[in-house]
Amino acid sequence: MNALEIKALSKSFRSNFLYKKTSILKNVDINVNKGSIYGFLGLNGAGKTTTIKCILGLTRPDHGTIRLFGKETGKASDRASIGFLPESPYYYDYLNAKETLALSGKLSSLSNEKIKERTAKIISLVGLDGKEDLLLKKFSKGMLQRVGLAQALINDPDLIILDEPFSGLDPIGRKELRDIILSLKAEGKTIFFSSHILQDMELIVDDIGILMNGKITKEGKLKDLVKKTIKHPVDYSLEDLFLKEIKK
Amino acid sequence: MKIRAIALNTFKEAVRNKIFYLLIFFGVFFSFSSKLISMLTIGDTLKILKDVGFASINLFSVLIAIFTGINLVYKEIEKKTVYFILSKPVERRDFILGKFLGLALTMFVALTIMISVFSIFILLLSGTFDPFILLYFIFLFTELLIIISISILFSSFSTPILSSIFTIVLYLIGHVIWTFNEFKYKLINPIEKFFAYFIYYLFPNLEKFNIKGALVMNDPISIKIILSSLAYGIFYISAILLISIHIFKRREF
Ligand SMILES: Nc1ncnc2c1ncn2[C@@H]1O[C@H](COP(=O)(O)OP(=O)(O)OP(=O)(O)O)[C@@H](O)[C@H]1O
Ligand SMILES: [Mg+2]
Repeated sequence: MNALEIKALSKSFRSNFLYKKTSILKNVDINVNKGSIYGFLGLNGAGKTTTIKCILGLTRPDHGTIRLFGKETGKASDRASIGFLPESPYYYDYLNAKETLALSGKLSSLSNEKIKERTAKIISLVGLDGKEDLLLKKFSKGMLQRVGLAQALINDPDLIILDEPFSGLDPIGRKELRDIILSLKAEGKTIFFSSHILQDMELIVDDIGILMNGKITKEGKLKDLVKKTIKHPVDYSLEDLFLKEIKK
Repeated sequence: MKIRAIALNTFKEAVRNKIFYLLIFFGVFFSFSSKLISMLTIGDTLKILKDVGFASINLFSVLIAIFTGINLVYKEIEKKTVYFILSKPVERRDFILGKFLGLALTMFVALTIMISVFSIFILLLSGTFDPFILLYFIFLFTELLIIISISILFSSFSTPILSSIFTIVLYLIGHVIWTFNEFKYKLINPIEKFFAYFIYYLFPNLEKFNIKGALVMNDPISIKIILSSLAYGIFYISAILLISIHIFKRREF
C-alpha cells in the first residue's frame, strides 16, 4: 500500500484580480511507498510547497485526488497520522519549546501523560536538551528548525512531511537530521521531504520525484534512475541526474 | 479539547505580550481625572466619580477589545503560525471558536480588574457597594464580545489597519443605530421601510448594552430589558461567528 498517493493534482493561482490564472501544478502524480524515504526535488518556485499545502488541506487543489494510506483525504481528522515541518519556522515566540510541544500534542488530541512521555523522548532526539524552558524568541534558526521537527513528531505520525528540513542546519545538524530520518524509517515510518541539498538527499532517500514545469518528470528508485540516465555510473550522483533533468 | 488549547494559548499570548499593562494606564487615568474633577467641582462628587469611572472603564475595555481582537487573529495569519495549527487535525471552525473564547477570557480578566478597582474606590468613598455594578459588568462584557467577534470577522479577511478602522466605525455606528429603530416606524414607503429595517438589523445596536446612564441616575432597569438585551447579544455574536467561520473555511494559506 502507498502511504501517499497523489493523482492528477492541479493548482493554479491568480496573483491579482486582473491577471489570468497561472498553473503551478498540472496533473502531478506522486506515489510514496509505505516505510520509504521519498525525496521531492524541484527548482525554486516549482510548486513543492504548494503540493505539500494541498496534502495538508492548507490550500484547495483545483483537481486531483490525494490518498493517505489508501484513504482519500479531505477531513481535518485525516491529519492525525501526519507530522509536518513547514518550510519556514514560524511558531509562537512567546512559548518555550516544551509548551510548543504540549500545544502541538493537545491539538493532536494526545493525553497529558502521553505528551509528557513523548516530549521527554523527542527533546533529546532532536538535540534540544537543556533548552526546553527557553522562549522560542531566543532561539537561533537552526534551533527553531529542531523545534519544528519536534512538534511534527509529537503525535508519533506514520507519515512525516518535511519541507526543506535541512535548511538552516549546520553540518553536524544535517548529519543528525539524516540519522533521525533514517531511525524513523527503521521504526516503519514513511518520510516525504523536499530539499535543495542534494548531497543530503542522496545519502538517505529510497525514491525520488522531480517536479518540473508543474509535472513530475521523473519518479522512482534513486539507484535505477541514476543508472538509466547517466551512462557510466562510476560514482552515481543525484546532482548529475537533477542537472540533466532540468536542462531538458 | 482543541478549542480549549487554542483559547488558553490565545490568553497566554495576551498575558505574555503584556496586554494587561494597558490597565495600568486605566488606573492612572482614572485616579488622575477623578482627583482633578473632585477638586474642580462642588456638588455630587460621588455621581461625577461614577460617571468618570464608567467612562474610563468603557474607553479602556473597548480599546483593549479592538486592539487585541484584531492583532491576535491577524498575527496568526501574517506570522504564519496558522500553519502550525491548521496542519494538525484541527477544524478551522475550532480555530475561530478557540480564538474567540481566548479573547473573551482576556477581556473577562481585564474587565474584572478594572471593575474591582472601581468598586473598591467607590466603596471606600461612599461605604456602599452598588450591586448594579454586576449588571453593568455583564452588559459591557456582552458588548465587548460583540466587538471581539466583529474584529475576528474583519481580520479573517482584511489587514489590521483596515480591520481596526472597520471595527471602530462599526462600534460608533453601533451606538447611534438605535435612532433607526425609532425612525423606521415613521416610514410609510415599503422600500424605505425595508431598508431601514435592514440597516437596523445589520449593524449591532450597542446602545442596548449601555446602562451607565441608568446606573448613575439610579434608575430601575426591568428584567425584560435585561433578558432581551442579552438574547440579542448572544444572537448577534453567534451570527458573526458563523460568518467568520464560513469565510475562514474557504480561505487558502
Ligand atoms: N498564494 C499564492 N498566490 C499566488 N501565487 C502563489 C501562491 N503560492 C505560491 N505561488 C506561486 O506558486 C509557485 C510555486 O511556489 P512554491 O512555494 O510551491 O514553490 P517551491 O517549489 O516550494 O519553491 P522553493 O524551493 O523556493 O520553496 C511560485 O511561482 C509562487 O509564486
Ligand atoms: Mg517551498
